[in-house]
Amino acid sequence: MNKKINILQSRAFLTLVSIVVGFLVGAVFLGIMGYDPILVYTTLLKGIFSRPRFLAYSVVYATPLIFVGLSVAFSFRTGVFNIGAEGQFVVGGIAACIVGIFVDAPAIIHVPLCFLAAAAAGALWGVIVAFMKVKWGINEVLSMIMFNWIAFYLSNYLVDIPAIHSDGTAEASKNVAASARILLPEGMRQILAPTSNYGILIAIVFVVLVYLVIEKTTLGYELKAVGFNKNAAEYAGISVNKAVMTAMAISGCLGGMGGAVHLLGMGERISLFSAQEGFGFEGISVALIGASNPIGVFFSGLFYGALKYGGGKLNLINAPSEIVKVITGTIVFFIAISHVFKITRRKKEGK
Amino acid sequence: MDSIINSLGTLIYATLIYTPPLLFAAMGSCFSENSGVVNIGIEGMMTIGAFAGAAVAYISGNAWLGFLCAGLAGALFGLLHAVATVSLNADQTIAGTAINFLAPGVAFLMAQALFNSSDTPALIGSKLPMLFNNVFDGSTVWSRFFKNVFNTYVTSYLMFVLVIVVWFVFYKTRFGLRLRAVGEHPRACDTLGIHVQKMRYMAVIISGFLSGLGGACVTMATMNQFRPVSIVGQGFIAIAAVIFGKFRPQGAMVACLLFGFCTGLKVVLGSNNFISAQIISMVPYAVTVVVLILFVGKSRVPAANGKPYVKSR
Amino acid sequence: MPENRDVACLLQNKEEEDLAKVRSVDLNTKVIEMKGIVKKFGDFVANDHINLTVHKGEIHAILGENGAGKSTLMNVLYGLYRPTSGEIYVDGVKQEFDGPGGAIKSGIGMVHQHFMLIQPFTVTENIVLGMETMKGITLDMAKAREEVVKLSERYGMAVDPDARIEEISVGMQQRVEILKVLYRGAQTLILDEPTASLTPQEIQELIGIMENLTADGKSIILITHKLKEIKASADYCTIIRLGKYIDTVKVEDVTEQDLASMMVGRNVTFKVEKEAQEPGEVVLEVRDLRGYDYRKVEILKGLNLKVRRGEILGIAGIDGNGQTELVEIITGLRKAESGSVTVNGENIFNARPRTVFDKGVSSIPADRQKHGLVLEFSVADNMVLQNYKKPEYQKHGFLKRNAIQEYAREAVKKYDIRPADSALKPAGTLSGGNQQKVIIAREVNNDKDLLIAVNPTRGLDVGAIEYVHRYIVEQRNKGKAILLVSFELDEIMSLSDRIDVIYDGHIVGSVAGKDADENTLGLMMAGGTHHE
Repeated sequence: MNKKINILQSRAFLTLVSIVVGFLVGAVFLGIMGYDPILVYTTLLKGIFSRPRFLAYSVVYATPLIFVGLSVAFSFRTGVFNIGAEGQFVVGGIAACIVGIFVDAPAIIHVPLCFLAAAAAGALWGVIVAFMKVKWGINEVLSMIMFNWIAFYLSNYLVDIPAIHSDGTAEASKNVAASARILLPEGMRQILAPTSNYGILIAIVFVVLVYLVIEKTTLGYELKAVGFNKNAAEYAGISVNKAVMTAMAISGCLGGMGGAVHLLGMGERISLFSAQEGFGFEGISVALIGASNPIGVFFSGLFYGALKYGGGKLNLINAPSEIVKVITGTIVFFIAISHVFKITRRKKEGK
Repeated sequence: MDSIINSLGTLIYATLIYTPPLLFAAMGSCFSENSGVVNIGIEGMMTIGAFAGAAVAYISGNAWLGFLCAGLAGALFGLLHAVATVSLNADQTIAGTAINFLAPGVAFLMAQALFNSSDTPALIGSKLPMLFNNVFDGSTVWSRFFKNVFNTYVTSYLMFVLVIVVWFVFYKTRFGLRLRAVGEHPRACDTLGIHVQKMRYMAVIISGFLSGLGGACVTMATMNQFRPVSIVGQGFIAIAAVIFGKFRPQGAMVACLLFGFCTGLKVVLGSNNFISAQIISMVPYAVTVVVLILFVGKSRVPAANGKPYVKSR
Repeated sequence: MPENRDVACLLQNKEEEDLAKVRSVDLNTKVIEMKGIVKKFGDFVANDHINLTVHKGEIHAILGENGAGKSTLMNVLYGLYRPTSGEIYVDGVKQEFDGPGGAIKSGIGMVHQHFMLIQPFTVTENIVLGMETMKGITLDMAKAREEVVKLSERYGMAVDPDARIEEISVGMQQRVEILKVLYRGAQTLILDEPTASLTPQEIQELIGIMENLTADGKSIILITHKLKEIKASADYCTIIRLGKYIDTVKVEDVTEQDLASMMVGRNVTFKVEKEAQEPGEVVLEVRDLRGYDYRKVEILKGLNLKVRRGEILGIAGIDGNGQTELVEIITGLRKAESGSVTVNGENIFNARPRTVFDKGVSSIPADRQKHGLVLEFSVADNMVLQNYKKPEYQKHGFLKRNAIQEYAREAVKKYDIRPADSALKPAGTLSGGNQQKVIIAREVNNDKDLLIAVNPTRGLDVGAIEYVHRYIVEQRNKGKAILLVSFELDEIMSLSDRIDVIYDGHIVGSVAGKDADENTLGLMMAGGTHHE
């Protein structure tokens, strides 16, 4: 038997078990709070699966999460904890928004331009932090938390300046030009969802790209070597500083593109934030549930997006959509401790 | 001149109002990090504390009972984090991330279940008290200044007491000595008969307790109710403050006061139109980055921080 | 230099003194008795029915190869491990320790090979930790300090009670460890490989301390695989091999050779077979090298050395005299202040590690798990750690997995890396000796003109040591230049064609390998002489 496949299987199996446990714990909470878990869960499932439109919405919700999940997963694989994906997402959105509003070009140029700007902005946000770590030894978790907030207020500031601010009364930016949007053709959107877009296809391309980079290239090899053991990597002549900067640049790129895909797909404009939107932290969960594996991230992104969308439907039956948070929290918690079950399983096999 | 004194008074007032949640949570973070357990779940523990404090105070009508329950609610999630990280050797960051979803989820869920709303009802008689209520009448400039500075919530006084207590515990007691030792070299502690697991459990539970109190500082003093936006990032700022303060309680206090001060500055300056409020809001974070680059640089992390201690038997 | 001769005489006289030594071992008082100790980890039997008896006032050595089960046995005695079966008696009373706490209470103390000290804490804090002197609820550090000073004076162990551990020498750290144990009222001290990083003089000092302690009625269990130290200090010696009890002997009745063959179960030769060979042109030349250590203290103070083709240059010296920094600078891991470093005449001063490698330097690092291998990577991926960018192993940035694996499979076969199918296994799953073989395979295959080996056999058993030494000599015979840095004087003496002694950032002496004798080298290593 091929052992590698065994491990993969057990990892996927443990994730599935964690998901089941997540729903069970959620049910217990619902029960205690006086809700009918079965009703809540059927509403949730119906809210996701009962119509093509709902499924299409789930995919729309999932797309940016896949990008942020990839961003965090990439950073995990290279030994950095990108808690700054939130900020990278925001600056990516800003960059895409500015290019989307002010540049006039046919879609075939405009859309890539927006993504490029977003990727560059996200990369910059990541590289600054990496540079501070490399150059002055500043703790990256600390600086990323700071940069998340700087991005947050930067976005609010930019939305507020007259050139960008909406012409209407909304506390938001102008809408990006139609040529910058990535919506599917009108006819398809009528069948699917009004905001259905090409984003998911772009996401699939990047899932494959990230997979190839991590598993098949010399770059991925270098970054993983640094992630696992930076001393040995340095000893072997790999520049650790360069690797950390590269990893954070790529991770930031992906985070920034998440912001772009969100804006050009469903968002259309940037609103004034009252609180951090939490895409970065959701991305951490997506990466964890997906075992930091690009393909895993794709599915966990879809799963998370569906839950996020379906959770909104719970208000219809006067049930709290926050149960989704409890479920995800529990899933991540059980993933964190899942190695314990692995050992017990092995022991049983041994006997 | 008078207006400067007035503004200064308001600035100090605002600083003292915005600092307590950060400082309580930061003291919590100090315990956990120094014992060698990374606790990124501070944010979630603050949220559950913020809810529990407001809810219990509202239902019981007793502010201090609410405050205590806030701590206990935080401690409960601290216990959960400890079980995962200390007993089951879970990845500390992952477990903390889970807490950050789980605890707010539970808080919001309970708000819905108990009050049928995302907010708790406003506290009227059972907010945490203000001190020196009728000492300064505010009739003169200086009287107004002192009223601004001293007539403030009890939490603003408690936080300084807490820092002194934590400093004392860390550097003057057996518990503190052992706690720091466990965060540096758990195996050495084990060979000396110090129970590493027990020390870490206590540290993480205390960190939850103090974070819970920090959350309650928001909902029982600064505001008078729990809302989903009560805790939005203060937990992370507290963690940042601890790293900034080189993992020492006194250092974390300085960092928290800096954040509190900058938030206060925003409030005071926010009333004029010369500078965008958003830019002012950005100041504390930008200042932190600059201070880090210029003065702090590399902070020495407790040697065993983030590493599960696996005992072989 | 009369002063130096005195020290040398002292060292020579030592052995004569040993014969005349009368120690007050009280054979009627058994302080420790371990009977039929068995300790299993899963299916692996680390201790298989081991017996040990220690008397009052005795120094009892426990001899065995790495992995023989010495440390496991001591961890059982110290309560860190629970024995699977067997009995422990302390002062005739049966004990079942639930942890070190119980062992400490019954008067057992342990000084671990890897010091168990809290770096940012002071000496006093470290000594009292776990048994703090209290005044109400606060620590009474003043009183603790007093007790530490008293204790250190009583046994003649100089320590600075207020210094932080990170600031003091290895020798003083060891004294702190011993004081820590004495502070807990230990009657029996377990010393685990206590001489690993001490100078010969510090070793003599330690033996003196041990004698003071036994004179005071304490007993000492000395874990070691250094036969000379056993002969110099121990009364009895228990030999363990592959987890099994072999014998307990009276040290004065046996020779070093006897002890060695009991330890490994066969006769061993200490000398490495090596043909005389005329060295060729200079490969590595280091001139007037100055540099700082991580604390920004000047540690290399104008060092010069040359290594020629077909010669092994051994650098003898005590840890901390600049050899680590020297190697780090040559290999590009550390920036030097001034001087020059050339390989085959090409400048590699302050070059990046990759450049140094490309110019013809490969190296076997001191710490194989920290610097040598990425444990999570497969053996195959580790085999190309420097070479993954070569056209053989990548095309347009994509790795040629098949080529890499094929290369690794060949190496696994050629260098007898076990298990035989380990090419695709994570390096971390291999044993220490096999991990070292992976590194040797990689570096030897790199086929560079200069091979640097730092403590290449640390932590390996005799079989693996022979293997490593064979490959190093083979490289020399092929005309490579070898720079060997080792803290094991025996290793330096048996391998080197020439020996440079490093002390305080200089090369203080250079001798031909065949002329080297331990006392002269030891003296130079301790800064006793200074001739170029």
